[in-house]
Amino acid sequence: MNQAVFTPWDDPSAKPLIRFKGVTKRFGEFVAIDNLTLDIYEREFFALLGPSGCGKTTMMRMLAGFETATEGSIELSGQDIGPVPPNKRAVNMMFQSYALFPHLTVYDNIAFGLRRGTMPREQIDARVSEMLKLTRLEKFARRKPHQISGGQRQRVALARSLAKAPKLLLLDEPLGALDAKLRQATQFELMDIQEKTGTTFVIVTHDQEEAMTVASRVAVMDEGRVMQVATPERIYEAPNSVYVADFIGDVNILKGTATANGTGSYAVTWDEGQRPVTAISDTVFSEGQACFLAIRPEKIAINAERPTDADNAIQGKILDIAYLGNLSTYHVALPGGQVIKAQAANTRRVSRRSFTWEDTVWISWTATAGVLLDQ
Amino acid sequence: MNKLSWFNVTSLTFGFAFLYMPMVILIIYSFNASKLVTVWAGFSTKWYGSLFENEAFLDAAWVTIKVAVMSSSLATILGTMAAYVLVRGGRFMGRTLFSGMIYAPLVMPEVITGLSLLLLFIGIGLDRGVLTIVLAHTTFAMCYVSVVVSSRLVSFDRSLEEAALDLGCSNFEAFRLVTLPIIAPAVISGWLLAFTLSLDDLVIASFTAGPSATTLPIKIFSAVRLGVSPEINALSTIMIAIVTVGVISASLVSKRNSLRQQKDEQAAARAT
Ligand SMILES: Nc1ncnc2c1ncn2[C@@H]1O[C@H](COP(=O)(O)OP(=O)(O)OP(=O)(O)O)[C@@H](O)[C@H]1O
Ligand SMILES: [Mg+2]
Repeated sequence: MNQAVFTPWDDPSAKPLIRFKGVTKRFGEFVAIDNLTLDIYEREFFALLGPSGCGKTTMMRMLAGFETATEGSIELSGQDIGPVPPNKRAVNMMFQSYALFPHLTVYDNIAFGLRRGTMPREQIDARVSEMLKLTRLEKFARRKPHQISGGQRQRVALARSLAKAPKLLLLDEPLGALDAKLRQATQFELMDIQEKTGTTFVIVTHDQEEAMTVASRVAVMDEGRVMQVATPERIYEAPNSVYVADFIGDVNILKGTATANGTGSYAVTWDEGQRPVTAISDTVFSEGQACFLAIRPEKIAINAERPTDADNAIQGKILDIAYLGNLSTYHVALPGGQVIKAQAANTRRVSRRSFTWEDTVWISWTATAGVLLDQ
Repeated sequence: MNKLSWFNVTSLTFGFAFLYMPMVILIIYSFNASKLVTVWAGFSTKWYGSLFENEAFLDAAWVTIKVAVMSSSLATILGTMAAYVLVRGGRFMGRTLFSGMIYAPLVMPEVITGLSLLLLFIGIGLDRGVLTIVLAHTTFAMCYVSVVVSSRLVSFDRSLEEAALDLGCSNFEAFRLVTLPIIAPAVISGWLLAFTLSLDDLVIASFTAGPSATTLPIKIFSAVRLGVSPEINALSTIMIAIVTVGVISASLVSKRNSLRQQKDEQAAARAT
């Protein structure tokens, strides 16, 4: 992957394909999208992540042309698309509900969009066959939507939206109903299609792993607002708020107050009876400012003895062990009552593991392992 | 199957006897050999034969069918359009008023509908004949069509039309290629309903028919006033047969299709 060089969002001269400018969408009194300003660049694989009802579908529907922004404007290739009707936009959408035409066969569903243009018959035929092959639906071409399974229906919907090779493709939870293997294969297909055709994808997903795998950038949303837009690595490693840190993956949050103890280094007082922990941060905190230290479980080491070289080490008792196959998550109760999750790879078989319930252990992490957040 | 109690059996028997006894008697007497309607003189189909030689009746029958076909087709087009706009048109000014108004003719006494149409036709100087009956029947049948079609449209998944638009259809294409095929069963049963309504309408037709065109119900009604003839019985039996077939096929079509449609749509919706 050449993702290291593909960073148009860092290039001030790059022209975004989609530009949300202060977009607000209200349904009556209810604010579904709240003053959204966002640029999405050509050839991006842009993932929208957020809890149910946060406005992901609404955002897509505005791009597809089914909802109009109450305030603000949306530009596509520098053009305000507000007045452009959906059938005149070079945008295709895969609906969350699939919206397959029940009276048409799988084949005709996929060919539907192609037949609206001037494409000759043979070419349509070839294109549909290609799509059927891609989504592994060749055997079902002659069936009606009600004669195939849920996952197959999802693939028909995907094939139908891909068929026209639009400039911008909106996928609303495109892979939710597929089994893990097929999902992974389809993810790679999608990335492959994108490499080949240069289509820009905006994809909604509830699956963080999926967002991490396929996306060039991820937007984490909450109640109609975008909380953070960044590459998957940055979203994971450098969240800008407790909300984002908590939403993506597992995280331990220590709430406390910051005191500077060096340049860019802070002592975080998080519990009366405990020594403050040290954390390195680019963000500047004033003396005694409330702060949150977010540390991923896999960055916390767990040992029987106190490690000598760790920046931070605390003693606790194992409360619970969640066995995940390749990993185990240890829930360690600290004397103050807090529970910290630490993750370790299971390099040995279960019967020979060194810790068990009620063991007293030391958890430790370095000063750079956590992120210090102010909200 | 539950066994019916004797009470249920009795009420069922009486109810249906009450409903169908007159018709059964009429049908039996249509096969009466005697010219006297009330005296049974053996089985015969001769009245059916003489019916088909009666020019006046045949003319009236032809007019009736023409009127029924034309008015039900017209009513179906207009009623479907009205239903589509009322269900899909979003919130335009006076929408509630309009949807109320479209159902008003359903409860309006037919005499009033007939009378007002008569006044209108006289007012604009339209000669009463086939055209005026067609217009009149279209007027009252279109409400029925729009009720049937709009109840189907309400349960129609909007996102199907959006998907069609998204794939490049104009609004009209989306209607023709997606909406119409899916609601077709409702449209067809609307047509059949309009057809049967037109076929057996007497009141409105008698206001709007002229000397140049008389429908069968009017003909029968006026013939009966001169005395019931076995021919009329035969004719009525045929009409009962046609209406029965019409109603049964309408309900079968709509039932079968709504079942299939339901299955289609459930299956097409997300399987959670
Ligand atoms: N037509 C509408 N009228 C009123 N409220 C609406 C309408 N469409 C969406 N909403 C509301 O807007 C909010 C955002 O809806 P949206 O469908 O965008 O959520 P979502 O992020 O896609 O959720 P999910 O992950 O469950 O699909 C929801 O609270 C929803 O109830
Ligand atoms: Mg959604």
